[in-house]
Amino acid sequence: MQPEIILKMEGICKSFPGVKALHNVDFVLRRGEIHALMGENGAGKSTLIKILTGVYQKDAGQVYLEGRLVHFKSPQDAQNMGIGTVFQEIALCPNLTVAENMFIGRSRGAFVNWKQMNESAAKMLNSLGIPASPTQELASCSIAVQQMIAIARAVDMDCKILILDEPTSSLDEDETKKLFALMHELKARGVGIIFITHFIDQVYEISDRITVLRNGELIGEYLTAELPQIELVSKMMGKALSDVSAIKKHEPPKSDDSVPVFEARGLSSATGVRPFDFSVHKGEVNGFAGLLGSGRSESVRAIFAADKVTGGEVKINGKVVKIRTPLDAMKQGIGYLPEDRKSDGIIDELSVRDNIILALQVMKGFFRPLSRKQAEEFANQYIQLLEIKTPSLDTSVKSLSGGNQQKAILARWLLTHPMYLILDEPTRGIDVGTKVEIQKLVLKLAAEGMSLTFISSEIDEMLRVCSRLIVMRDREIVGELSGVDLTEQNVMQMIAQGGGE
Amino acid sequence: MRLLNRGKPRTRLSNSTLLFIIAGIIFLLMYGIAIVSFPVSFRQFQTFFDFFNLNAALFITTLGMCIVIIGGGIDISVGAVCGLVTMACALLLQSGAGNVWGALFLALGIGLAFGLMHGFLIAYLEIQPFIITLAGMFLAQGLLTTLHKEPLNVTNPDFVALRRFTIEIPWLGTVNRLGVFIPCEIKPGVIVVVALVVLYAVLMKWSSFGRNLYAVGGNRHSARMLGINVKKTIFLSYVLCGLTAGISGFVFLMTTGAGNIGNGALYEIKAIAANVMGGIMLSGGVGNLLGAPIGTLTLLTINELIRAAGVQSNLQAIVAGLLLYLFIVLQSIIMALRDRREFRLALPPWLKPHRS
Ligand SMILES: Nc1ncnc2c1ncn2[C@@H]1O[C@H](COP(=O)(O)OP(=O)(O)O)[C@@H](O)[C@H]1O
Ligand SMILES: [Mg+2]
Repeated sequence: MQPEIILKMEGICKSFPGVKALHNVDFVLRRGEIHALMGENGAGKSTLIKILTGVYQKDAGQVYLEGRLVHFKSPQDAQNMGIGTVFQEIALCPNLTVAENMFIGRSRGAFVNWKQMNESAAKMLNSLGIPASPTQELASCSIAVQQMIAIARAVDMDCKILILDEPTSSLDEDETKKLFALMHELKARGVGIIFITHFIDQVYEISDRITVLRNGELIGEYLTAELPQIELVSKMMGKALSDVSAIKKHEPPKSDDSVPVFEARGLSSATGVRPFDFSVHKGEVNGFAGLLGSGRSESVRAIFAADKVTGGEVKINGKVVKIRTPLDAMKQGIGYLPEDRKSDGIIDELSVRDNIILALQVMKGFFRPLSRKQAEEFANQYIQLLEIKTPSLDTSVKSLSGGNQQKAILARWLLTHPMYLILDEPTRGIDVGTKVEIQKLVLKLAAEGMSLTFISSEIDEMLRVCSRLIVMRDREIVGELSGVDLTEQNVMQMIAQGGGE
Repeated sequence: MRLLNRGKPRTRLSNSTLLFIIAGIIFLLMYGIAIVSFPVSFRQFQTFFDFFNLNAALFITTLGMCIVIIGGGIDISVGAVCGLVTMACALLLQSGAGNVWGALFLALGIGLAFGLMHGFLIAYLEIQPFIITLAGMFLAQGLLTTLHKEPLNVTNPDFVALRRFTIEIPWLGTVNRLGVFIPCEIKPGVIVVVALVVLYAVLMKWSSFGRNLYAVGGNRHSARMLGINVKKTIFLSYVLCGLTAGISGFVFLMTTGAGNIGNGALYEIKAIAANVMGGIMLSGGVGNLLGAPIGTLTLLTINELIRAAGVQSNLQAIVAGLLLYLFIVLQSIIMALRDRREFRLALPPWLKPHRS
């Protein structure tokens, strides 16, 4: 017998300025099922949830709750209709007490009965084993406890639909187990549960069905039991498994006994990547592979100290050094081309020349400016070398095409003659021709003795230029592949299964 | 309680309570300094009561301001609205057409009108509160000078009677040089202050509106996700603040007995400073309403100290401004130390740069 459908979303579209977050997405939830919503970071999962719960208004499409067309104008409406939600960014008020956070916005009464509220909250906290007191200010609870409190609130609402958007991201194993037990209990009571997580194991442990989104589009709905893990990963990444097109042109990895150019032990940053070890040898091109959001960028940003470094030891050519700020890193000969060139890299208003000489100027210090002649010489040299198409040196960089902007930033780093250059998504959003040029350049620089780390969302591109891939999952390094093992199949396998082979 | 004491985490003081305690200590300290420096006047209870007698309107303005600040907003029109109300009520009482009740309703009406307008524009049209209430301030000031330019004494007999009315506290007072016991006196305005403090404190602690307002001030985005009607809550906070400014105008008139274009001048900055000194954070969501009167007392004590020291009285505004700087930085430091995070100025949401 087909279980009863409680929620149906049809043809949902949503755009944000400059981004099409959702395009014509359908989603169906049945009574008493746990339905996993999967997709890489930015696929549109949270947006779909927020449309369902009235946080955002959809541009197009319909939502049917138990067969009735509904239109939620605010989270309040959704809550009143029996939809309990734990949002990805824990949506609680830090300045209120734990009990208040569990009950505020739920009763329509004009006054608050503190005693009763604290008692109910205490019962709830106790039954879920949450180590918090009802009268404690939420701000003094750890993130994990806050997450549990958000869950307790949603669960307590006696809802028809429970939405959990990455609820386990900061929970430990025990807490996750408790949550899963709770989910099973609610499922047995007929609650429909939408579960979002980036832990693939958890999806297979608990969900009945999986819906996959990619780039705001619906890829499909599958029964969990009928979808092998590796196929799920390939659907999330948008790669057919058969399409193994690794045209390996890279040179063999350098001998491993030499002293690495850069070496890190237990490096961690404020962004929450697990402490990791990492090294790169002279003339080596390596890369970080993983789903979007797996911590690739965070890792390289930690190397460059672009985010606050919270621990670890770094050695350059075998010598321990302190790298606390990007400038420290630059002085040690490390260059970093950020993923987001719009916000971190290119300075729109400056000319091509000024953008190119920026890093060198920063390293020299602003009190010793490069002469204009020098600046022009340098800029011209690299414009020719990288074939940057610009009408003049004084053209402001924002009027160049994406590919040429990218080359300008690349020129900026090459000008400082780094010993080790990190390129985070250097080929995103640029045309195929330029892409190939940049790939060739990377290999050429390596042949000349520079060490590089290359990150790309396109696996085949990484396979083409990197001789070693560090595979990440859930902000943790799960393995390394090099030599003959370095195949697309293996990379995906590793992402799907984690380290345990 | 049985559930909680089993090795559960100790409950630390909430930020609101901590800042309130600090505000209390600062006040006691200031008052202590005042007693030591100028024992003749400060050791008399009447001096303390005179703070209330003479500044009842400021206390009330500060209460209204406190409410919008807790909601993460600001209302800089309160001083001008207070001044406008004094003049409007004075005119009404002097015209012979109105009586005391009429004046009271006029005061409430003007305050409510400004509150409704600000609340609507800020909550529903989502315009910056600073800008809107700045406009409101100009509007009220303009109306005030348009109504009447000269000082206007109220001679309405009922009103004069009300104004003259004093309450003696028979068991509290001082014995003068001749050995005659002089009891402490309080004015009707003080009763209004006390009544409003109690009423608003109850509102902020036990009503859904009050708690919702804390939630909105703490994190507007989260408050919405928690199912709170954020717009309505913000709207109500400005209505209440406007209404309170109206009341403060009436009480001001009861204190001085004359409408004047200078009435209520600088009350907005004093009210903001008093709130900050009372441990109400401009960033919203943090602060105990009882901190508002405490902060006002601190501000008045400091001003009185300056006056007693024989420095020009227009220094008071300068001092209010400087203290405001000082206390904002102090609060920010306390919060940073507490959360062991980097120092960050505790700025209100309407002052923070937008990050996209
Ligand atoms: N409030 C917003 N404003 C602008 N863009 C947004 C907003 N929320 C989400 N997006 C964009 O929409 C896309 C989908 O985001 P999201 O739904 O959060 O993805 P997911 O939850 O699957 O990681 C992303 O490209 C994201 O940058
Ligand atoms: Mg998300």
